[in-house]
Amino acid sequence: MMNNSSPGISVRELRVVRGGRPVLDGLSVDVQRGTVTGLLGPSGCGKTTLMRAIVGVQVVAGGTVEVLGRPAGSPELRRSVGYVTQAPSVYSDLTVRENLRYFAAVLGAPASDIDRVVDEVGLASHVDVVTGRLSGGQEARVSLAAALLGTPEVLVLDEPTVGLDPVLRRDLWDLFTRLADGGRTLLVSSHVMDEAQRCGRLLLMREGRILADESPDALLARTGRADVEAAFLDLVDRADAELKTERSRA
Amino acid sequence: MNARITFATAGRVLSQLRHDHRTLALMIVVPCVLISLLAWVFEGTQTFDRVGAPLLGVFPFVVMFLVTSVATLRERTSGTLERLLTMPIGKLDLLVGYALAFGLVAVVQAVVATTLAVTALGLDVAGPLWLLMVVAVLDAVLGMALGLLVSAFAATEFQAVQFMPAFVLPQFLLCGLLVPRADLDTALRWVSDALPLSYAVDAMRDIVAREDVGSGAWADLSVVLFAIVLSLALGAVTLRRRTG
Repeated sequence: MMNNSSPGISVRELRVVRGGRPVLDGLSVDVQRGTVTGLLGPSGCGKTTLMRAIVGVQVVAGGTVEVLGRPAGSPELRRSVGYVTQAPSVYSDLTVRENLRYFAAVLGAPASDIDRVVDEVGLASHVDVVTGRLSGGQEARVSLAAALLGTPEVLVLDEPTVGLDPVLRRDLWDLFTRLADGGRTLLVSSHVMDEAQRCGRLLLMREGRILADESPDALLARTGRADVEAAFLDLVDRADAELKTERSRA
Repeated sequence: MNARITFATAGRVLSQLRHDHRTLALMIVVPCVLISLLAWVFEGTQTFDRVGAPLLGVFPFVVMFLVTSVATLRERTSGTLERLLTMPIGKLDLLVGYALAFGLVAVVQAVVATTLAVTALGLDVAGPLWLLMVVAVLDAVLGMALGLLVSAFAATEFQAVQFMPAFVLPQFLLCGLLVPRADLDTALRWVSDALPLSYAVDAMRDIVAREDVGSGAWADLSVVLFAIVLSLALGAVTLRRRTG
């Protein structure tokens, strides 16, 4: 069993350089166990890079990333961390069931898991359809279903609800909340701010930096705004103003 | 290595082929059509007996090279490779899984094409037929292993397809089919000695020409086998869990 007192995810002074440009420059953040943490911010702000570093597929230039008390990407974590990339990463020439059967075999998950995850993402009626013939939203859910196999302790989901209708989005967020209530750690990125209200905790990111790390209620109280989008814009303006003052001083 | 994961990977690759009837048909039918064409072109001469058997090995080599390099590139670009490498799968599980699946297709390909060549097309084979098929399968697996390796250096499918003339044609030109290897210019002879397809073709010729397969053929086969293992090992090195 993994060390239970450590945070679900712990990032310290993380530096990632891509194409000669620092995408993350000394970023530190903790993600608590048993919560749904929303990672929000405009596209290109470094959300995906941070998630890739947490899953252990990103080359990093410095700093440490620990998941369940172990270095990100260590072999012990490969059964404990589920990852969904932004673009669905499943075999489009296989049926939904064939895809899930293969990933379940790789994970050593029981065959009964396939029916469970297919139900959880609402694709039970499509299990024998070739994935490439599904709609974009359905294909994204196959990708999500694969990450739910073997009930990993940590789920890192990169924009899992993009292109889904409101009913499906609500159902998936209900699922995320249930998983967190069951003790799992979820990090979910989104650029749809209204989804932020469903998170236990929010990380607002901009240009590789964390602007806010608090609960939605605390964020609204601090900024005095009615919704997360307005609060986010407030924080961006404040950060820009600070940057300007710093520059004028220099 | 994990046998369960390796076989699951082989099964998955075969399922993908099963859904793609046209590719599967092309993999079996194209070598048969080409070998028949060759027999027809050289009708009434001794040439078919000389080049027919080596080509039974060369066609599967080319087909497997192409199919594998594109399949692996798709695995990289679709993100499934990255997903797999976050899971408890060994790089060799993946590569050997691919080798098993395509190796099985190669067996079918070799049996069908060889049977056609020696029955309907009248190819004379002095040595044991089964050994000819074994070499054909090894050639196919060699093509697969090289395809896996070079696909790491292709960023797009256009590039992957261009690697076929770049990696396969020189081997074809220098393998001794067009000009006997002994007659090549010294520099070319050295290059020819370094290319695995030369040994595959030497082995095929030996089996066709001699009733008792000499130690030369076995030595040639060991070189092919070594090239397969080396390419798979280098292919494993190109699979990186962490990328930029």
